[in-house]
Amino acid sequence: MTSLKKKLDRSSHLVFPLSVLVVLLIINLIKGADYFKVTMINGVLYGNIPNILFGASELVILSVGMTLVTAAARGQDISIGESGAISSAIFVQYVLSSGNVTIWTILVGFLISCAAGLVIGAFNGTLVSFFNVQPMVATLILFLGGRSIAFIIDGKVSPILANPISNQIGTFIPGVPIQTPIILTAVFLVIVAIVLKTTNLRLYVEAVGVNPSAARLNGINPKKIIFMTFLIMGVCSAVAGFIAVNKAGRHDSVNLLKFIMMDAILAVALGGNSLAGGRFSITGSIIGAYTIEVLNRTLLRLEIDPEAIKAFKAAFIIVLMIIASPVVREYAGKLLEKAKAVISGSSAGTTGGLSQAVVSATDSSGKKEE
Amino acid sequence: MQLPNRSKPRTRMSNSTLLFIIAGIIFVLMYGIALISFPVSFRQFQTFFDFFNLNAALFVVTLGICIVMIGGGIDISVGAVCGLVTMACAMLLQYGGGNIWGALLLALGIGLAFGVMHGFLIAYLDIQPFIITLGGMFLAQGLLTMLHKEPLNVTNPAFVALRRTTIEIPWLGTVNRLGVFIPSEIRPSVILVAALVILYAALMKWSRFGRNLYAVGGNRQSARMLGINVKRTIFLSYVLCGVTAGLSGFVFLLTTGAGNIGNGSLYEMKAIASNVMGGIMLSGGVGNLLGAPIGTLTLLTINELIRAAGVQSNLQAIISGLLLYIFIVLQSIVMALRGRSKMKLALPAWLKPNRQ
Amino acid sequence: MQSEIILKMEGICKSFPGVRALDNVDFVLRKGEIHALMGENGAGKSTLIKIITGVYQKDAGQIYLEGKLVNLRSPQDAQNMGIGTVFQEIALCPNLTVAENMYIGRGRNAFVNWKQMNEKAAELLDSLGIPASPTQELASCSIAVQQMIAIARAVDMDCRILILDEPTSSLDEDEVQKLFSLMRELKARGVGIIFITHFIDQVYEISDTITVLRNGRLIGEYPAAELSQIELVSKMMGKALSDVAAMKKHEPAKSDDSVPVFEAQGLSSAAGVRPFDFTIHKGEVNGFAGLLGSGRSESVRAIFAADKVTGGEVRVNGRKVKIKSPLHAMKQGIGYLPEDRKNDGIVDELSVRDNIILALQVMKGFFRPLSRKQAEEFANEFVKLLEVKTPSLDTPIKSLSGGNQQKVILARWLLTHPEYLILDEPTRGIDVGTKVEIQKLVLKLASEGMSLTFISSEIDEMLRVCSRLIVMKDREIVGELNGEDLTEQNVMHMIAQGR
Repeated sequence: MTSLKKKLDRSSHLVFPLSVLVVLLIINLIKGADYFKVTMINGVLYGNIPNILFGASELVILSVGMTLVTAAARGQDISIGESGAISSAIFVQYVLSSGNVTIWTILVGFLISCAAGLVIGAFNGTLVSFFNVQPMVATLILFLGGRSIAFIIDGKVSPILANPISNQIGTFIPGVPIQTPIILTAVFLVIVAIVLKTTNLRLYVEAVGVNPSAARLNGINPKKIIFMTFLIMGVCSAVAGFIAVNKAGRHDSVNLLKFIMMDAILAVALGGNSLAGGRFSITGSIIGAYTIEVLNRTLLRLEIDPEAIKAFKAAFIIVLMIIASPVVREYAGKLLEKAKAVISGSSAGTTGGLSQAVVSATDSSGKKEE
Repeated sequence: MQLPNRSKPRTRMSNSTLLFIIAGIIFVLMYGIALISFPVSFRQFQTFFDFFNLNAALFVVTLGICIVMIGGGIDISVGAVCGLVTMACAMLLQYGGGNIWGALLLALGIGLAFGVMHGFLIAYLDIQPFIITLGGMFLAQGLLTMLHKEPLNVTNPAFVALRRTTIEIPWLGTVNRLGVFIPSEIRPSVILVAALVILYAALMKWSRFGRNLYAVGGNRQSARMLGINVKRTIFLSYVLCGVTAGLSGFVFLLTTGAGNIGNGSLYEMKAIASNVMGGIMLSGGVGNLLGAPIGTLTLLTINELIRAAGVQSNLQAIISGLLLYIFIVLQSIVMALRGRSKMKLALPAWLKPNRQ
Repeated sequence: MQSEIILKMEGICKSFPGVRALDNVDFVLRKGEIHALMGENGAGKSTLIKIITGVYQKDAGQIYLEGKLVNLRSPQDAQNMGIGTVFQEIALCPNLTVAENMYIGRGRNAFVNWKQMNEKAAELLDSLGIPASPTQELASCSIAVQQMIAIARAVDMDCRILILDEPTSSLDEDEVQKLFSLMRELKARGVGIIFITHFIDQVYEISDTITVLRNGRLIGEYPAAELSQIELVSKMMGKALSDVAAMKKHEPAKSDDSVPVFEAQGLSSAAGVRPFDFTIHKGEVNGFAGLLGSGRSESVRAIFAADKVTGGEVRVNGRKVKIKSPLHAMKQGIGYLPEDRKNDGIVDELSVRDNIILALQVMKGFFRPLSRKQAEEFANEFVKLLEVKTPSLDTPIKSLSGGNQQKVILARWLLTHPEYLILDEPTRGIDVGTKVEIQKLVLKLASEGMSLTFISSEIDEMLRVCSRLIVMKDREIVGELNGEDLTEQNVMHMIAQGR
């Protein structure tokens, strides 16, 4: 196999999210041909594309965490918004309680909020890995009560974060043409890429997600790995919360990152990841996240009621789930087989992008009965 | 032919019954604490009846989810469906010139639609219940806001009259400050709840569907081998839950009189927590339906206690979650002590990751 | 009553892609007969049973039920015709009562009449001598009683043929006796019972007739009284008693007074392994012989801590160590190729390369990933060495044939260069030529100083590579053979007769 073909094969799972994204972009282009126009205002780039990158920052970061949790724990974390609300509430309290706000204050506050994220992740992780509760149920607890906790941390108000540095983080730094959240997200993704490159995170998480008992017999501790993914998710939530609160300029415990877990789950599923765990593609989830942002904006642009968007997205998830369901897949597989049988005159071609199954005729062990 | 040592073994209490009794004890305990801490309000019978009067919809929703849980499933859309139904019925009564029966039918119809959708996707397409009902939840919420954003008061005279109806219970009442004996009152919705409890309890205990559902919740594989149509049973459980959620919407409207975006929010969580507190296990197959209303009462009592102690309403959510957590752990400890399983949490089929 | 035939199967054939599971098999079951069906891995037992119970359709042959030709198209069909099955995993609902478990799923009534059901149940339980009350929760009954209740249900459904698939695997001695009493009662009522088990002693205790299958063929049907245990074992394993052709013995182990590489005393695990002692020296190849189900895999898993270790002391190279998890074992230089390749071995979605480097990578730790290049090099080295047939290193391992998958797992452990490598059925599913290669490889590794445990269902394989064989029967070690005593005859004698 040539290395180009290899590369294409490896990326074949990205076809799905990319096609959805492309379709959406085309729809937008039809609505207004100047869709890709970018303008410079006050030295900063604006336009549909920059706005999308700006708006999707939190979702992208959260999708990364959700991908890992889904892959290892074979379930979803639905408390990510609440987790972000709590961490960012702590951040705000720290900043507000320090007299003079310098870049160091912000930095320390950020680190503290990340620590809070770790604690929250540990809470969820313990329930899932030690008590064997399924992720969605375990995280239901914080989904329920998290915002109330954040509200209490807020001192039962909606504190305002009005210092110049926060403003710069939330919008732009003078002299830099790209809005700050976009840069922060990019930095985050670079860190993620480095982590994936310099550790065995992918191998361990995938092994645990695909076959925990085999992973165990190779020396991996599935519980630890699952716990770790929740810790990572906690940090992701903290970072997302940090960006969100700086964007907003105030901490609204009720509305900050509200229901974002739905978008995150959608992004992961759109990215070609199985919601039942196993192999994962972070790139896929990232594309999925941006796609959802585009979807949201497209729906708005098509003048669909913002409230109705929720209903549309719900319908979208349901349809995706149906397509991904084992029953439908089996059915589709059978149809495909029939179609192939009808078409195949010459048996020269193997299906593109899929590896060839080598089943030797003499092999008996795979199917041998006792 | 006799085996050696054949003595009739002492019948150990079933898990369902044990948890039910524990639920009852805990409720009595909670109420006892309430009585001691706030004798003035809790000693009145009316306070007890008001639990039902003001929260009838929650009781109804809890019953519906109980059925699905016994089958080992979950439905988190019920709160949103309840809310959607309140608005839809309110609109029917206000703008559509509809009557009460029409509203009731609409309520059941909407509930049925959601139930059928969930049931089909979960039972026949084998999709994870949590995600499907999560989708259903947001679908219902979206539809609710699409219907009507502002609160909608129902002024339909027949309806208002029904709302205002009270039934007196002459022999239970309190003497107020002026020395006048005021009998306790209950609303018609309470009668509905009572009827529903009896009906569902009978269904679960005596009907083939009910027993099949217990079997499916207990061990799905075995149920199939025993000749039970597992898919149909699960499907029906979701349909029933959906219809019940629709009914709860109607009851909610009857209680508050207005359609509102916030109606029914967080009801699914409260209902699940109520069920868990009523001795219905998350893992399925265990639980007495009569425990559902008991658990609801416990939840309401605790909330009342917290409120009376001056704690804020948004903390109630935290408390609900915390209680849920404690009860899940507690249930597992009880089950572990009974010697069946080691220290691991009771997992329903829908919690276990589905791997092909 | 004994001679009336209720089930007659003639010329049954069944094939799956690439393997002939049943080749012209006959089977006869008589009224009131307890008939044991025996055979090792791949013998065809399970397939035959699945055909009787309607799960599979036969490719050829006839089935007669009480003289009439029948077509069993589905499990429902089989059940309707009076064929009841009780599986190893009890197919009852633990949260329902005893009576409910007996009657649920039958009948058309929309409502349950508890009183009637409990009465009927009590009657049936009494008549069969089952110590259970109709109103108690099934979960509160012991496994043995649960099994009997499953049987009672089948009996109540008028089964004329009862199939018991490994009923005694989780029972203790007393419970087995209770079960046997029930079986004798049913026998007296004319029910024909097909009894499948690994436990040879039990077979002889309760069965009237024994049918032996091997490699999909019928070896024969014998009255239990006329077949000695040793004959049975030899027929199951396909070894003629007198056939002791000169087998090449490999060199004996290095001198015995060196410190053993691995030593265990009183090692027991949660998987039902009773405390056992085990020692292996540098460069030694030992094996565990015994029939399927005799506890060999469980024992070696205990060494690797694959199952929770419940007791015992372990020494590696003379030093006392605590091996509580597979990672500990790996760090002590122990490797383990599992018997259940599908569930314990391959990580099916991952690539061939990832599967090969997995163990080594875990040993190196989380923060030290192998570079792509290194991983490729290692993987290529072993793909070549073991001649793994794969389109590329990136191919998901699930696309490979079973034999090639096995080679990948073997490569995985060889890559870790262990001091002591446990191979549980390493040649299962591999073609003959490669089997020999692997055996040669094992000997080569031993000569280079590696200690190995080699478990195989084929005795001659083990005799070719092992210098010592530990013999197991019915979950305990019954003896050890080495040196001149290490012959096939002796092994089979030991398996058959125990101590």
